[in-house]
Amino acid sequence: MDLNLLKRRGPDEWHISPHGKMRVPGVIYATESLIREMDEKVYEQVVNVATLPGIVQASYAMPDAHWGYGFPIGGVAAFDPDLGGVVSAGGVGFDISCGVRALRTGLTVEDLQPVKEQLAEALFHRIPAGVGSTGTLHLDRREMDAMLSGGAKWAVGKGYGLHEDLEFIEEHGCMAGAKPENVSDHAKKRQQDEMGTLGSGNHYLEVQQVVTVFDAEAAAVFGVREGDLVVSIHCGSRGLGHQIGTEFLKSMAVSAGRHHIELPDRELACAPINSEVGQEYLGAMRAAINCALANRQIITHLVREVFADVLPEAVLSLLYDVSHNTCKVEEHVINGTPTRLFVHRKGATRAFGPGHSDIPQSLRAVGQPVLIGGTMGTASYVLVGTEESMSLAFGSACHGAGRSMSRHQALRQWHGREVVKDLAGRGILIRSPSMRGIAEEAPGAYKDVSEVVDAADDAGLARKVARLEPLVCVKG
Amino acid sequence: MQPSRSETQQASWEHFPHQADIGVRGIGVTKEAAFEQAGLAMTAVITDVDSVTPAQSVSIVCEAPDAELLLVDWLNALVYEMATRKMLFGRFAVHFSDHSLHATAWGEPVDVARHQPAVEVKGATYTELSVKQDNQGRWIAQCVVDV
Repeated sequence: MDLNLLKRRGPDEWHISPHGKMRVPGVIYATESLIREMDEKVYEQVVNVATLPGIVQASYAMPDAHWGYGFPIGGVAAFDPDLGGVVSAGGVGFDISCGVRALRTGLTVEDLQPVKEQLAEALFHRIPAGVGSTGTLHLDRREMDAMLSGGAKWAVGKGYGLHEDLEFIEEHGCMAGAKPENVSDHAKKRQQDEMGTLGSGNHYLEVQQVVTVFDAEAAAVFGVREGDLVVSIHCGSRGLGHQIGTEFLKSMAVSAGRHHIELPDRELACAPINSEVGQEYLGAMRAAINCALANRQIITHLVREVFADVLPEAVLSLLYDVSHNTCKVEEHVINGTPTRLFVHRKGATRAFGPGHSDIPQSLRAVGQPVLIGGTMGTASYVLVGTEESMSLAFGSACHGAGRSMSRHQALRQWHGREVVKDLAGRGILIRSPSMRGIAEEAPGAYKDVSEVVDAADDAGLARKVARLEPLVCVKG
Repeated sequence: MQPSRSETQQASWEHFPHQADIGVRGIGVTKEAAFEQAGLAMTAVITDVDSVTPAQSVSIVCEAPDAELLLVDWLNALVYEMATRKMLFGRFAVHFSDHSLHATAWGEPVDVARHQPAVEVKGATYTELSVKQDNQGRWIAQCVVDV
């Protein structure tokens, strides 16, 4: 991105002054080198989002921002329904409520070593991953609707996991306001055999070790120490979310004219929050959030079953579960007045600061855990929300590394088998049904996650707590 | 732009880069051919098109107010059929009448070992979406698909 387009307001804060039809400024949080590498499309998309009706404060981009659909991936924007604010299907994304869940195991790296291969094989066989995979659970119409209303809470009720898990999931594992009746038959059909599946692409299940603790106080509260073994799950609402995204993108694009919304880009398709389409989407999107939460809950149960077989001394407890493709109703202070806003986070993680009532009681004093996924060869991070973050970008931070290379380019550069061998040499076991998928997801095809996380930390969006490195990775 | 391969001189498909995802482009002397080729380009995101045997056929009908929205609907209909039938498609025949599309897609159930499916397509998007004729009169139908 051309630096001349931006005004630097701090070491990691860059502003785009309102021009043309922009209603608010654009703000990008990133280091100079990340900004230089950022696609010009991010600039264009941050500007376009700033033109949407009812946007409040600014159109934001996180340090891992890249070219998305209408909204940049790594985009955050909040809309006031009383000012004609909109909800956008593109601003949430196709994989609604895609997110990361981290589990403590109570074990250390030493405990894993003798059974590492066995654990990798068992996880790969038990957790369905990749194109065409199905779960063992088939949902009929009634169970589907119960799942879409109940989320992870429904899953726990069905015997998948523990009641105490729910406390450590955003929304306590159940998104209110879900309307299963707003979810099409097509979307439900796509999901009926996909519960408890990982998906493909950048989704994964990893066994990781805590290699560095940066913030001892927060790490103690989160219950992680150096050498600890952790499990991370990255996946979303599967076919159901994709279908809802697809259908509402079209209905919002078609109805935009009727709502007198001028779209600079069809992909920005949106509808007023207080409109029929807007309300229908919100009900369906919240049902998809529940689908993602239930999905990660079922996978958690499967992981526990595998550990019970292979490492029975493990006790898997939830560190936290974050969603990074959502639109949620939150109260934020705008010009000194608490205001109810519809906050879109597309490829951005909620990062509420200490004391916020939505954070579990036992973690509240330090802030919300922010889980950042990396690649199978690098690292993931646990961060914590800061007080500052609430005023910087509505309590939001980055979500991952972001690709630096297209899939096509990656495929020409790497062979899956070589990537697997190379990583095995570094002590990382990869299990996947597709070698081509591995090549496309090669660690070298991603930006440096550490630079992204450092930028988020420097900008004050969230503070680094711990660095996790993969030991076993199941890819779809 | 990175040409991937050609079917014949008249009709071909290719992928074009998108940072997070991938663009699919079908090229043909008719709009029908361009749509068929766009379908092949999407299959090629997932697997080697030649590895898919056209053993079973599926009928697809979609309707949209314009050709671009119709392309997205067509590709999304294929995404839906692939997801719910657990199939891959390697051959297409497309026909238009007014604002609707009638098509047949031939393919077979996913065989993970043989097809080595790289990634699931979540949906076709409006990014880089266009259906138009180039200066040689060839139809180009393209968009980015989210994977």
